Amino acid sequence: MAEAMLAADGTPLKRSLARALRRQKLRALMLIAPLLIFVLITFIVPIGSMLFRSVENEMVGNTLPYTVEALAEWDADAEPLPSEDTFQAMFFDMFLAAEAKRHTRLGTRLNYETTGLSSLFRQSGRQLDDVADISYEPLEDFDAAWDDGETWYALMNARQTADDALMAQQRARVAALTDNETNSEVNFAPDAEVAALLPLAAREYTAWAVYVATQDGRDPATRDPWEAVAPALLIDLQTADLSGYAGPEADRLRAVQAANLPVANFVDAFVDMDEDWGTQVPWETIQTHSSTYTSGYFLNAVDAQKTADGVSWQPEDKQILITLFVRTIWMSLLIMGSCILLGYPIAWLLANLPMRKANLLLILVLLPFWTSLLVRTSAWKVMLQQQGVINDVLVWIGLVADDGRLIMINNQFGTIVSMTHILLPFMILPMYSVMQTIQPSYLRAAKSLGATNWTAFWRVYFPQSVPGIGAGSILVFILAIGYYITPEIVGGTKGVFISNRIAYHISSSLNWGLAAALGSILLAAVLILYWAYDKIVGIDNVKLG
Amino acid sequence: MGLPPYATLGQRIWYYSFRVICGLIFFFLIAPIIVVMPLSFNAQDFFTFTPEMLRLDPAGYSLKHYEDFFTNPQWQLAMKNSLIIAPIATIISVSLGTLAAIGLSQSHVPLKGTIMAILISPMIVPLIISATGMFFFYSSLGNWMESTLGLDKGFVGYVKVILAHAVLGIPFVIITVTATLVGFDRSLTRAAANMGAGPVTTFFRVQMPLILPGVISGGLFAFITSFDEVVVVLFVGSASQKTLPWQMFIGLREQISPTILAVATILVVISICLLTTVELLRRRSERLRGMSPG
Repeated sequence: MAEAMLAADGTPLKRSLARALRRQKLRALMLIAPLLIFVLITFIVPIGSMLFRSVENEMVGNTLPYTVEALAEWDADAEPLPSEDTFQAMFFDMFLAAEAKRHTRLGTRLNYETTGLSSLFRQSGRQLDDVADISYEPLEDFDAAWDDGETWYALMNARQTADDALMAQQRARVAALTDNETNSEVNFAPDAEVAALLPLAAREYTAWAVYVATQDGRDPATRDPWEAVAPALLIDLQTADLSGYAGPEADRLRAVQAANLPVANFVDAFVDMDEDWGTQVPWETIQTHSSTYTSGYFLNAVDAQKTADGVSWQPEDKQILITLFVRTIWMSLLIMGSCILLGYPIAWLLANLPMRKANLLLILVLLPFWTSLLVRTSAWKVMLQQQGVINDVLVWIGLVADDGRLIMINNQFGTIVSMTHILLPFMILPMYSVMQTIQPSYLRAAKSLGATNWTAFWRVYFPQSVPGIGAGSILVFILAIGYYITPEIVGGTKGVFISNRIAYHISSSLNWGLAAALGSILLAAVLILYWAYDKIVGIDNVKLG
Repeated sequence: MGLPPYATLGQRIWYYSFRVICGLIFFFLIAPIIVVMPLSFNAQDFFTFTPEMLRLDPAGYSLKHYEDFFTNPQWQLAMKNSLIIAPIATIISVSLGTLAAIGLSQSHVPLKGTIMAILISPMIVPLIISATGMFFFYSSLGNWMESTLGLDKGFVGYVKVILAHAVLGIPFVIITVTATLVGFDRSLTRAAANMGAGPVTTFFRVQMPLILPGVISGGLFAFITSFDEVVVVLFVGSASQKTLPWQMFIGLREQISPTILAVATILVVISICLLTTVELLRRRSERLRGMSPG
């Protein structure tokens, strides 16, 4: 039996080799690691955050936490309107949101789903103070001490035991509402006894204290709370049993309870603010879109909508985005087709000329390839304008009358011409590299066997050049469907792509969820195409210059 | 590929008309770039040839648009920003990219396909999608750097744009450098090690000089990517980081000023220089590869 082979240092050769291999692998990974981490953080994570944002829907739950909770039990088919409790929860949620100036943001978000909610939220936000005053003014008239923040602070601030759970809950509520940190020091903690006795008032006062301390940097001990604490207190006092309470302000609380001060009927108050609150529409919208994750943006991206009764499609004439997707694909195909038509002869000529001449002509292809995209786009803007170079030449030749100048810009024609020009090198270069490998002797053999020029080309040469056409076409198509700059400048309204819509939603309409959903769909399309490209051509065969 | 003397009339007609067609396509490719240059010397604020220009009257030409470019503070700010952002982004992508390309070219790399796909992805994903993703992520990153690290707002703006541009340039560096390394003779590093050179010395004295053409052309690609990039900078940057393409884009979309044509001409000249450099480097590297054994 042969002994195990040993390396120079006496270890078995197998183990020694394995160790060397492992060290080599490790060294390679160490070299790759910095870049890999860099790309993951600066690129892959942002793309992931976009995908996440297309389904993320925390805003409704963050802005109206108690309303969403109360609405969960409402059945729109059985009851015409949600319960009084829901309206009451809505009032307190909205009040805090309006103070934080976040209710309009939610209105805008819900307006994507149901038109009209934006103005409903904005207008109602202004009138919330009136509803609070129904309780606040009588309370203040009854005993002026309630107008003073110190009375409230003395009542609410912790003496023996603080209600830490309530405090943490309200910190989280304000943090979710404002998207800001609420971890800084707050000179207040809700008293556990009062919180048990007056749950609603303690909750709203704590939310206020957290808000003023963490967002405005003020001391709650010296400030007057928002008016909303008055209705909260009066609601609590309707049922609270004060007999065992001996803490601060006990007498004042008993006096208020005995006085039986008015509390708004929140259903009536909301309907008074805007009669839309008396319909099911806003409530159903909030209920449907209250989940943390939503398919709503993706449905919007294909002109559909998530409603209480499932998915509803936009009427045919309002399907803007589907039209835009179809147009993007259709125009990209047209651009790809014109690139094949213009690129094939050039690639053939370059592949069949002597090297020296071909290299010279190749410069004419590479120069546009290397020229700044914006330079080429501005050149086309200059050429295609009504007072531009092409129209001038046509008028000068006499082909067009001076008052009948052609409109070649701000429409589909402008986009197709300039993008064909911009993407043509991406078609020519792969075609050229494939055609260079086709042996001219095949063509000569075909001819010597009696084929005409056309048959020789079509049956022998063309099939061999198809991989080049395929590679160029997929490349051009992928680049075309994601184009933004050129359509934006020469496309007007009729010649724009889906990417322009994405940019519009990012910078103008601020519907970021929809922008992310549109981007995710486009990304999926591009990745599928690249997968096909990899199968057909191989990513490794991408060559530059 | 000349015309044989026995060619028929039909063949002759086809031969010459094919030449004419190709000529027209070449004209289509090059005309927009050629037209821009003389128009940038227009003495008027028009985007078309004036009668004076067509008569080659010197009065029809002037350098006033170039003067505007070099004196207008907006354009100068854009120029300055471009010259800050593009080189730094290029240095980041070239240094990290070259290291990784050397790692990737070793024989036993686990998960090579996946790693390659991740590193190439910034080139594959359409710019508008990269920009959308970066818009969301970089704004929170910027807020974090400003509030937690207490950095200056302008500085953070530059950092964001530079990071975004660096990652966009990386695929180009990876592709060109790995392509150069394919032809690299591994016995050279072994020989160097044999003669007592450490890994660092081997890298800088033996490997680097040989792959330098690939590194430089990858760097030029990365540079031009950043220098020419507008979508991401529009989404990630703010007005104080506006670059030349940004200023051109705004100019083209809102009120178009002839200064754009002067800038365009300058950029064309720059790209001609870059093209020449890359071409020379490619030839040199092919020549070197032809000489090396194997």
